[in-house]
Amino acid sequence: MAGMIAFGVGLMAQILHIALMLATAPVAIGFIRWLKARLLGRIGPPILQPWRDLLRLARKQPVLAYNASFLFRAAPVLGFAATLAAAALVPSFALGMTTAQTSDLLVIAGLLGLARCILALAGMDVGTAFGGIGASREMMFSAFAEPGLILVIFTMALLAGTTNLDAVAGLLREGTLGLRVSLGLSLVATCVIAIAENGRIPVDNPATHLELTMVHEAMVLEYSGRDLALIEATAALKLLLWLTLIAAMFCPFGMAVPDDGLLAWPMGLLTWVLKMAALASALACFETGIAKMRVFRVPEFLGAALLFGLLSAVFLFVSTGFATGGG
Amino acid sequence: MVRDDPPTRSDAVTDLILQGLTLVVSALFVLGLLGAVAPSHARGMVMATTAAFCAAGALAAFAGLAFGDGATTLALPLGPPGASMLLTLDALSGVFLLLLFISATACAVYALDAHEAEDTRAMPFFPVFIGAMALALLAGDGFTLVLGFELMSLASWATVLARHEEGASRDAALLYVGIAAFGAACLIPALVLLSPANAGFTLSFAAMRAGLPPEGWRATLVLALVLLGAGSKAGLAPLHVWLPLAHPAAPSHLSALMSGAMTKVALYVIVRLLFDLAGPAQPMWWGVPLVLMGIASAVLGALRANTEGDIKAILAASTVENVGLIAIGVGVALIARAADQPTLAALALGGALLHALNHGVFKSLMFLGAGSAQHGGGSRELVRLGGLIHTMPVTTACVLAGGLALAALPPGSGFASEWMILQSVLAAPRIGGLGLQILCAVAACLIAMSAALAAAAAVRLIGVAFLGRPRTPLGSAAEEAGGPVRAALIGLAGLSLLLGLLPGPVLQLIAPALRLAVGTGMTDRAGAFAVTASSASPGYAAPAIVVLLGLGAALALLALRRWAVRGHRRGPAWACGFAAAPAWLPFGDPLTQYGGASFAQPLRRALGASLLAARERVDMPRPGETRAGSFSVSLRDPASVYVFAPLARLRGTLARFFDGIQFLTIRQTLSLMFAVLILFLVIIAAVEASGWPA
Repeated sequence: MAGMIAFGVGLMAQILHIALMLATAPVAIGFIRWLKARLLGRIGPPILQPWRDLLRLARKQPVLAYNASFLFRAAPVLGFAATLAAAALVPSFALGMTTAQTSDLLVIAGLLGLARCILALAGMDVGTAFGGIGASREMMFSAFAEPGLILVIFTMALLAGTTNLDAVAGLLREGTLGLRVSLGLSLVATCVIAIAENGRIPVDNPATHLELTMVHEAMVLEYSGRDLALIEATAALKLLLWLTLIAAMFCPFGMAVPDDGLLAWPMGLLTWVLKMAALASALACFETGIAKMRVFRVPEFLGAALLFGLLSAVFLFVSTGFATGGG
Repeated sequence: MVRDDPPTRSDAVTDLILQGLTLVVSALFVLGLLGAVAPSHARGMVMATTAAFCAAGALAAFAGLAFGDGATTLALPLGPPGASMLLTLDALSGVFLLLLFISATACAVYALDAHEAEDTRAMPFFPVFIGAMALALLAGDGFTLVLGFELMSLASWATVLARHEEGASRDAALLYVGIAAFGAACLIPALVLLSPANAGFTLSFAAMRAGLPPEGWRATLVLALVLLGAGSKAGLAPLHVWLPLAHPAAPSHLSALMSGAMTKVALYVIVRLLFDLAGPAQPMWWGVPLVLMGIASAVLGALRANTEGDIKAILAASTVENVGLIAIGVGVALIARAADQPTLAALALGGALLHALNHGVFKSLMFLGAGSAQHGGGSRELVRLGGLIHTMPVTTACVLAGGLALAALPPGSGFASEWMILQSVLAAPRIGGLGLQILCAVAACLIAMSAALAAAAAVRLIGVAFLGRPRTPLGSAAEEAGGPVRAALIGLAGLSLLLGLLPGPVLQLIAPALRLAVGTGMTDRAGAFAVTASSASPGYAAPAIVVLLGLGAALALLALRRWAVRGHRRGPAWACGFAAAPAWLPFGDPLTQYGGASFAQPLRRALGASLLAARERVDMPRPGETRAGSFSVSLRDPASVYVFAPLARLRGTLARFFDGIQFLTIRQTLSLMFAVLILFLVIIAAVEASGWPA
């Protein structure tokens, strides 16, 4: 009976988590746009504008190129499914959700990779130069982002003994691991990777309409109408996923655990909203203060993440006596 | 390390299966002879019989793994004078036999539909090639192992020469036969060094296990010789240069076997010699060279898969990458076994064997798909293919399924095994030692990079060759592959997806092989649904991921149905103002889309410049000049510059020296022969005096 109740609570948390992620992802985008506008001295669009855009796009029929194949038509749905599956694995306000057993960091990275490959293939499908340029650059960025990400996961695995995000967040939340230099270095690395993965300034500009500087936007240039709505929703979900991931890995405080029951949920929700607002504000400020870099500078930018990731692992080896053969 | 079932224990089921497999191998050799003499209309019959025998072999190998127990040996009434060859079946050979026969069955079915001239030429070698690989896997003594291994090399060498009218094929075949001879020259001394004095002329494996394991310089020499001999055949860097040249030169079903199965035979030799025959008590550093070679292969192979222009060369380069990943798993397993961490060793070797099996299936699938595309689209070059998804939807769908595994994306089969290999690398730092820990950090980082590069290569291959617009009139008129080809592709694609969905049961199936090599299986960590890295922590549950993906897709479709408008319109591609294609150029100018070279450009500049010495030369005429502009790229694999080129120079020097010896006077010649005789006598005396190899 107790098992049934625990399962029910986990399932409820899971459903609420997915609903929350889906509902607030465009709001987060709207918030960042609004804050950036304010920082630049403009009034800015309302925070709910991305939601309105999505609904408006959904009411429009897509125009497919004559030679668009079944892959092109299926890609928005598949990409959304992969991103949502990854988002379902990243705990936001509560630990111990139904998917906690499968919320492996490598699997989350793999699902995001799946979404990226699907969109890259869709970009190649119509056979235009822009789709190709976007796809090839996106795949190059991933070749530099993934090694950095794996080093962060490596550090987490050394600290927590597992790559399960739910377990890692649980251990960090209890504070038994303490404050470590490695975690700080990993945080920097993760933030750099998150910026690249989401195509934010300085790696890519989500608002650009200058063709040669586009990466993600070039890849999805052929999409319109309701397909574009799905792709925009996927991009928003991905950004919120990364912010939630950073919060869960480095600042899991305030998250509800199954033992505390439902009463811990309001606190978990509140802290999650605050964390998201803080991270989104930080992103808006960072983007306002920096210019977009050339495409071939991006490997150097991501190389910094790689270096930070490697340093965090080495710091851990040296500081925890792993080096002395204990462990 | 305690083996829970001694390999000499015999068992009725295993006995029966070994006899069956022996019959299959003999039948394959006979079929090779028949293929050589059969009239052309009977060749389809021979190929169909080959397929049937391979399927029987696959079933036997599967039954041996599932129901067999222990190991069994059969003495053949053949062999060198005074000795008989031994065939042994145990779980380790069983795993590799299973992957060989699965891949071979699909390739034989595919070959039923082969019409090209070089396919007919290569036909008699096909069954012999499969039989030789099975012989190497079943070998119970050093003689049979080397015989099978070299027969395998020779049969595949003949198929590399199938298109002998092309100079590139001849060059590839020459390099290939050199590597094959080099492999034998390393493996034979390695086997001799492993054998105690009583192993007999055939160097039986049982005597090696019973004798003292090699120690000191002998052990080091064995390791070096095995890594050079079998590693060169497997395509481990820096000895991989021949592989992306030779594998694509053969007809597609033979390329599939070479990449999918033959590299695995070489890996089997590494595992058999280093884990089983060299004894359990080897030092920890034994695994380090394997890990280093694996890392180099993984990164170089994956990067080259992004720069090659021939679809089969892309796949061959990706084979180098996957062999590297398997080698990393094998190396970590060696390290963990020496550190007395059998559970970690089982995780690493389990990942390696699972990846070998997965790679055998998906690489065969990709090569057969490439062959189908070559037949339909009329070319292997990315610059001449494109848009096949419209004309060859079945082939494209199967290649997409293979690409999922090749790119190591969940829920494909490649992800599950790479997940296990990565988990073992993440857990290995707990063994201790700063050097090992740094090695693990570097390995994890570069495995991730090679996985991302493999994904980029898969996107490039599929995106350029199968998506987009046709690049030639021939490509626009491509026809879907015939029935047997489709059957082979669909079968392999289904199997690849199934392997991705069920890594746990497959690990249960190969658990006896793990027990044999590292002393413990993965049985407590490989459930029906999930595979875990350690019994304490949760792991990777492929079915759960598939359910989540399905729910996500269902949710998206429901939301579209509820809130979005139905239907769509067609129009010309937008591309920021692309005009509609004119009537005389129905697909538009094919050169306005991204091709293989342009897709590779970002990676070529960012990584290739340092790793592959990539240089781009752009010659742009000044305004007003009438000459044509040109663009050229040069790439050089560091292994060919720093390893193969010096070897070629050494060969030239030696050849010139021996050329000189031919023109000695009669007195000088006689003195030389006398000196050589004395030298041999001295060596024999020295060996006798030292008492080795008693």
